[in-house]
Amino acid sequence: MSTEVAISLTVNGERISRRVEARRHLIDFLRLDLGLMGSRVGCEHGVCGACTVRVNGLIVRGCLILAASLDGDSVETIEGVSDTGEIRDLQDAFVARNACQCGYCTPGMLLTAAELLRDVAHTGTTPTRAAIREHLSGNYCRCTGYHAIVDAVEAVGKARMSGSEGGKP
Amino acid sequence: MSLVIDPRSVDRPNSYIGRSLPRPNARKLVEGRGQYVDDLVVPRMLHVAFVRSPHAHAQIGRIDASAALGLPGVLRVFTGQDLAAHCDPWVAVLAHLKGMKSAPQLPLPLTTATWAGEAVAAVVADSRAVAEDAAAKVSISWQVLPPVTDMETALDKPTPVIHPELGDNLVFERVNESGNVAEAFKTAHKVVEATFHSGRHTGVTLEPRSILAEFNKGDDTLNIHHATQAPHMMQEVLAKHLRLPLSAVRVICRDIGGSYGIKVHVYPDEVAVAVIAKIMGRPVKFVADRLESFGSDIHARDHRIKGRMAIDAQGRITAFDIDDLTGIGPYSVYPRTSAVEGNQVVNLVGGPYDFPNYRAKTTVVLQNKVPTCQYRAVGHPIATAVTEGLVDLGAEALGMDPVAFRLKNLMQDDTYPRTSPAGMRFEGLSHVKSLGLLVDMMDYRGLRAQQQLLRAEGVHRGIGFASFIELTNPSPFMYGIGGARISAQDGCTVRIDPDGSVVAATGVTEQGQGTEAIIRQIVAEAVGVPIDVVRVITGDTLTTPYGGGTWACRGAGIGGEAALQAGIATKQAALNVAGAMLQAAPDALDLVLGNIVDKATGAVRMPLAELGRIVYFRGDTLPPDLPRELMQTRHFITKQFPFAFTNGVQASHLEVNVDTGLVTLLKHWCVEDCGRIINPLLVDEQVRGGVVQGIGGALFEHCTYSPEGQLTVGSMVDYLVPMAAEMPDIEVGHVETPTKESLLGAKGAGEAGTAGAPAAIMNAINDALRPHGAKVFAQPFTPERILAAIGRVPKR
Repeated sequence: MSTEVAISLTVNGERISRRVEARRHLIDFLRLDLGLMGSRVGCEHGVCGACTVRVNGLIVRGCLILAASLDGDSVETIEGVSDTGEIRDLQDAFVARNACQCGYCTPGMLLTAAELLRDVAHTGTTPTRAAIREHLSGNYCRCTGYHAIVDAVEAVGKARMSGSEGGKP
Repeated sequence: MSLVIDPRSVDRPNSYIGRSLPRPNARKLVEGRGQYVDDLVVPRMLHVAFVRSPHAHAQIGRIDASAALGLPGVLRVFTGQDLAAHCDPWVAVLAHLKGMKSAPQLPLPLTTATWAGEAVAAVVADSRAVAEDAAAKVSISWQVLPPVTDMETALDKPTPVIHPELGDNLVFERVNESGNVAEAFKTAHKVVEATFHSGRHTGVTLEPRSILAEFNKGDDTLNIHHATQAPHMMQEVLAKHLRLPLSAVRVICRDIGGSYGIKVHVYPDEVAVAVIAKIMGRPVKFVADRLESFGSDIHARDHRIKGRMAIDAQGRITAFDIDDLTGIGPYSVYPRTSAVEGNQVVNLVGGPYDFPNYRAKTTVVLQNKVPTCQYRAVGHPIATAVTEGLVDLGAEALGMDPVAFRLKNLMQDDTYPRTSPAGMRFEGLSHVKSLGLLVDMMDYRGLRAQQQLLRAEGVHRGIGFASFIELTNPSPFMYGIGGARISAQDGCTVRIDPDGSVVAATGVTEQGQGTEAIIRQIVAEAVGVPIDVVRVITGDTLTTPYGGGTWACRGAGIGGEAALQAGIATKQAALNVAGAMLQAAPDALDLVLGNIVDKATGAVRMPLAELGRIVYFRGDTLPPDLPRELMQTRHFITKQFPFAFTNGVQASHLEVNVDTGLVTLLKHWCVEDCGRIINPLLVDEQVRGGVVQGIGGALFEHCTYSPEGQLTVGSMVDYLVPMAAEMPDIEVGHVETPTKESLLGAKGAGEAGTAGAPAAIMNAINDALRPHGAKVFAQPFTPERILAAIGRVPKR
């Protein structure tokens, strides 16, 4: 019933070659084939955002992308950006502000927030609370009510803008 | 006890109780290194996919699994009959809910499916994908039966009886009455009334229900990795119904992706997984997908309430009269039962107010819909919406400001302890002080002035209030007296290790609230060590003291007190050893930040690590009779009050677009009094998260059904959960009235936000619509309902 496809890609900087079922989505590939459990399955309808990962530098819904389509591409997950320290300031802010409760949405939320703040250090402008809320609205959090998340992202944006601490490397 | 920590004194050494500190388990979560059930992979693990009923009510005919079994990777297909031989049925009733009845339930039904989404067969395969492929190939010949979908007619003669052996569709009925309600209404100066609806909604934990069951045939032990709030309760249930001794069942909870009450119930499909693991002797995993979550996670709050309130000529409330009807699906849910929500409604209506006459009736009926049960703030949002809706109508009828009317009728802060007309006992509440603080925080006068100005410009802004009470720290009066084996007591074991590290194992559990954080703060302070050396263990029936888990806001108040007492006892044990080592009276010593010090001078005498070295490795140097018990366990249960009630008040400021019916939330405020606050940072976020769940039910969330009993929401596209952009900033304030039942003085805080938010939103919308003379009382307050109320679209 299933067809296997050979793919070679980069995941968190490591070269990976695998044969995958054609129907296997990226999150199942990361979790079941590579053991990278940090990306969560929340709805598999592309709505909740818990499975947000980066493909070629842009955030995507991992549950809406087939692994077989990623030959030659580059994937980054929460484990990867944690190891490189790229979003350390955001992670510190989430911890300090209690912007994560059960933690299930958090990896996706962080990657989405990181995209919003990517250019703050270069442009010298940081998004407003309303813009932060708008940008994060593809990522559902059922625990926090969002206020603390917005606070944390806002604080990191301001810090990066002023370059006072933990600016983008 | 010579050692007493007084959390009321601010300037105390080694103080962690009361401080905003980050959670010790947050770092791994932000790095994606938490471990949820679905992350666990064990050798020879199998996966289950369920065949679920496509019909709301149907007889299960022949089940043909031959095509499914033909797929490579499929091992077994189990029917209800197959599992029934290995599992005893349960009936979800509580003895103290007099007259309550429900039908026996098994992991999979034998003859009849009673809701669309009920699991009727289980396919076991070597991957979830293959199990799903196979489930689609299981063919069942159904004989469709007429469904019961409208709770209003569930008890009518022509309506089919869902379980014929019960005689009718009535589960439970209760009238809670005191005073003379008839007389109060006869002599009332004003009577206000309305019919309220609370929309059936559900929890939508982002991590779906998850279970991994392992049965070792070598020693007949069952290991369950479970996303549950109550591991000891699940251990009891699985042991009892799978006919195993309690000691053979271990329930382990690692990280849990949200619970909100959804994960405190016994789900038949999860029991099926445990039974299958026992039969097959292999690890079996089940993780619900989102569609089956909507169709099988408990729903809640499907209520219609007719309410009226009497007011005398002095503007004082004299009576509430409530008629509540709720549909709970085809079974009461085990073991907490589905009658508790209605029972809470008749206990909680009118809760904040001082009035003499009360009558509240609840009628709990069966339907062919997803079973309902306890979801965050159980019954409170319903009772609060009814109460506060009537209170606002009362203020309007008298031409009074809603704040002034509340201040006139709230229980005064110096009148406790007291018992409400509904029979609830209050130890100490702060309604008046809380409302005063709220009005200051929000600049109420300023908002009213702005509202008037904007009305002239055709902008419809509204301000809504909701005072509320919240039941926390439940005693055995909640479940135990009804026969449910659910612990109201909780325990904590605190141990000092050789290097001065401290381990605390507690029966309360963590699903993101910050349980481990507060236990760590309490234990660090109680023992007298730096917080970094304390590690907390939760969620393992084999290694933690027996306890209830985390629900009904009991973690801080009950688990916290047990931790405090265990910590104090451990410190005392250490000081007894230190006294012998230092030739000093133990009372003259103290343990501060990991050092034994002179109590009087604070001078360091010895590091705790040195004491640990001597006790564990050179015990020969201590006096032979000296106890050296550096591990102490204490349990705590509330005894004086059945529940520790908390209180609070919320306000919503919002704008209604009368052309589109859309509501824009501008700001939300909550002042709550949960007694002693252990960590303000965590309490504030519990309140905010709770408020937003309350707002979800008020504005968006609705499990809608077709007349045939088909659930018409199946994804997060059509079941709307609040998103960041549409939620307001939420300001939180506190009043602290500690309970005197414990040294810690903590009550619960996790449900306050959800309890009050819908009422505040409703009152704010109706305040905004006042120029139109329109009102809405049916949640969710959708654009369509708002436009219908003001006559822009026809009523449906």
